[in-house]
Amino acid sequence: MLSKEQCRETIARRVAKELSQGDVITLGIGLPTEVANYIPHNIHVIFQSENGLLGVGPHDNHAGNKPKITNAGGVPVTIRPGAVFFDSVMAFTMIRGGHVNATVLGALQVDEKGNLANWMIPGAFVPGMGGAMDLVVGAKKVIIAMEHTNKGKPRIVKKCNLPLTAAGEVDLIVTERAVIKPTPKGLLLKEINPLFSLEEVLQSTEADLIIDETLNQKII
Amino acid sequence: MKKFISILEAGKLIHDGDTIMIGGFLRCGSPEKVIDEIINNKIGNLTLIANDTSFPEYDRGKLITNKLVKKAIVGHIGTNPETGIQMHAGELEVELVPLGTLAERIRCAGAGLGGFLTPTGVNTVVEKGKAIIDVEGRKYLLEKPLKANVAIIYATKADPYGNLFLDGTTRNFNQVMATAADVVIAEPDEICDEPLNPAEITIPGIFIDYLVK
Repeated sequence: MLSKEQCRETIARRVAKELSQGDVITLGIGLPTEVANYIPHNIHVIFQSENGLLGVGPHDNHAGNKPKITNAGGVPVTIRPGAVFFDSVMAFTMIRGGHVNATVLGALQVDEKGNLANWMIPGAFVPGMGGAMDLVVGAKKVIIAMEHTNKGKPRIVKKCNLPLTAAGEVDLIVTERAVIKPTPKGLLLKEINPLFSLEEVLQSTEADLIIDETLNQKII
Repeated sequence: MKKFISILEAGKLIHDGDTIMIGGFLRCGSPEKVIDEIINNKIGNLTLIANDTSFPEYDRGKLITNKLVKKAIVGHIGTNPETGIQMHAGELEVELVPLGTLAERIRCAGAGLGGFLTPTGVNTVVEKGKAIIDVEGRKYLLEKPLKANVAIIYATKADPYGNLFLDGTTRNFNQVMATAADVVIAEPDEICDEPLNPAEITIPGIFIDYLVK
């Protein structure tokens, strides 16, 4: 069994391999932010933040009481050379207009049609969608980074029963157990983590999976 | 020259039942002094248009904590548990809007547009009650302009012409909100005696009615 930390690191490391030189990336809050820690040093990517910053750097621990530079989680951050500040209209022009190469987001559920639910559980958890609906519709590639199950309960389901963030926009699902690609024919199982058997992956997934001919047992 | 006012005078420009826009993204770039004055004056029944409801003990979040808001039109309430509590108790109406849509609805009001078409929210609960329009084979929602009686915005620096400079990520919703309200009040950290460099102005002074000293 992987610990929670090992799960998160496995997922973040694998997602980082999806990013290419020069990509503009918007990371969601939580696990997705950890992806930034695993980008290979020879690859330069630009992190975009929906509150109005292109070129997000590491956290700024010396920002004081009223920081003027934060990320979308309100955390004070440093900036990278070439960074740009802008307002919310410009931030979402980038996001909705297809100028962000990839977004990495968490999920509550993803289903066989690439539908995503990640913004509310009616009556229990209603934080609001923030920028997620715009990101999922606008980013060229939508990567979901999440633990395979929620305390054993499958998150990759036949059909989402939670309110959708968007329909059919998910391009890749990365969990600690597997890498799965939504296709017009259904969910294609592309890689499994060799720490898990194929049977364990299938049993912890409610959705039907199509096993890729070149199934690669190397998630990292 | 712009009209410079005191914080007390700023408070008198906001009335019970107003629809107010307040800039800021969580705690960054929020006009805190004017918000505190609204609380001091107990101006209530407000419709609040903002990025989020911040935290219970800070800026916009304090308006929620003090129960001065009857409706919030925002993208995110997750950082302020008080918003969720009042919403579930039926004391506060919350209209959750995708943030890109919120920004563009405000821009439409400020730019004289009747609305816009966005793919954001198609096939989700956001499309409820909205016209769905097909353009070249893709579905879009018709989203309408959003304006306010009063906009309260933060600035880092102001000049005597009302031109504003906003540093770092403090721009967020402040910039667009300055265009979309009947009365616009700016709360600058600093008022300069000389004009700002024209090439480094974030918000042209023509949008600003009052500057808080």
